[in-house]
Amino acid sequence: MNAPLTGAFEIAATARPAWTPPPASPPARPRLGLGRPAPLGWLLGPGLLLFYWSVGSASGFIDARILPSPWATVATAADLIREGRLQTNLAVSALRAGEGFVLGVSAGLVVALISGLSLTGGYVFDGLVQMKRAIPTLALIPLVILWFGIGEVMKVTVIALTVFIPVYLQTHNALRAIDLRYVELAETLGLSRWAFIRSVVLPGALPGVFLGLRFAVMSAWLALVVVEQLNAASGVGYMINLARTYAQTDVIVVGLVVYALLGLVSDSAVRVAETRVLSWRRSLAS
Amino acid sequence: MSAVRVRGLTRRFTLRGVLNGVDLDIAPGEFVALVGASGSGKSTLLRALAGIDHEAQGEGEIAVPARLSVVFQDARLLPWKRVLANATLGLTGADVRTRGLAALAEVGLAGREDAWPHELSGGEQQRVALARSLTREPELLLADEPFGALDALTRLRMHALLKRLSETHRPAVLLVTHDVDEAIELADRVVLLEAGRIAADIPIDHAAPDRAARFLALRASLLALLGVEDPLSDEPKIPGPTRSMGR
Repeated sequence: MNAPLTGAFEIAATARPAWTPPPASPPARPRLGLGRPAPLGWLLGPGLLLFYWSVGSASGFIDARILPSPWATVATAADLIREGRLQTNLAVSALRAGEGFVLGVSAGLVVALISGLSLTGGYVFDGLVQMKRAIPTLALIPLVILWFGIGEVMKVTVIALTVFIPVYLQTHNALRAIDLRYVELAETLGLSRWAFIRSVVLPGALPGVFLGLRFAVMSAWLALVVVEQLNAASGVGYMINLARTYAQTDVIVVGLVVYALLGLVSDSAVRVAETRVLSWRRSLAS
Repeated sequence: MSAVRVRGLTRRFTLRGVLNGVDLDIAPGEFVALVGASGSGKSTLLRALAGIDHEAQGEGEIAVPARLSVVFQDARLLPWKRVLANATLGLTGADVRTRGLAALAEVGLAGREDAWPHELSGGEQQRVALARSLTREPELLLADEPFGALDALTRLRMHALLKRLSETHRPAVLLVTHDVDEAIELADRVVLLEAGRIAADIPIDHAAPDRAARFLALRASLLALLGVEDPLSDEPKIPGPTRSMGR
């Protein structure tokens, strides 16, 4: 029974034709995939908007009093920069948002660490933060004004309060969501509590922290817009408010574009930091 | 004096009994393979020995060495630490790096110490897990189906590696596996767990002259005990070790 089988194997081995590689083909794409992504494809939407805006303004379909043309807006921006108004107001706004961001992120991280890493800490802080979360920060503004007046302290406080929530939530959640398999591993390796926190919990929670930071950056600008509309004598929001008084639609549009750019730039800054710090991660997006 | 001593161990999860009075001794340096069908309680026994069965209730006596390490079915490497940091996780002292590098060289991963875990293949990841166990110089090595997720060729290489490591370092080894061939190939003793009890305890003589024939017979009878008909044996029944041969 064994002999013919061996023979068959020998024949197969000797009579095997030389293997020819398949013809070179371009890297295959999944047939049901979305296709090859274009490098700057995301610019298509904004580009189309700009196109319609230009056509609408040039043809007179869009009234310049409702929405000034793109070129009028660019000219206004150039004027504002030449006069120095844009830079000064932008610097004031950025400083406010930055101060509130740093304060809110620090507080959020500290409280999340206390409440995420200890049961008692969680009992003390988590309920409070969930209650605070249920109250929109903007609803706290009257109280904050009574406490801190209408100056810079009030503005920075409101921004910090807004930033605090997403940082706290995402960090706390990430700290508590450490994979049980790693806990087992740490136990069998005899890790001390501190070594466990340092080597397993904190690095494991970092992706969550960055998610919180990205939400936080956006909320910082959001809160900035609100407090600058309230009562301000400087800042991009003040510039916009003043323009409304004089019906300068072009200045308003410049202000809005500045807000959008600020949000985009700061969000990409956080993302760059994220890919640097989390270089160990291999995700779908990378 | 044995490395592992278990007496009357029972474990329950909610209402279901998983271990019903297990007695087991493992001598220092002895390699024991624990086989059993799914749900026979073999992983539960290993987790009890490792001290990570917090969710289970039960009683019994367990004595294990202080220096024990566990190799899981998944390599369980921390993705945010490079290979060397994973191998030496939790170790302290001046020579940690040297020890880690030595262990990595021993499992055939010299030069890969700065790689991220996701850059390694499944077999290589499991090698790092073995190196991580080695750096603790364990007196007892607990392995829970460590090669279960690997392909057949990689598994054969890992068998040779584990055999060589256990012969060099002489820890007591408890290898949980559902692979009867793996158990016979590697172990000094095969223990069969059935419905939470030890149903057979079979010493294996690797030096016997008629080794191959004995292994085939043993394989058939172990598979019979596990309720599987051995496809390799054409003969109706080979007289081999039976339940009564247990201690």
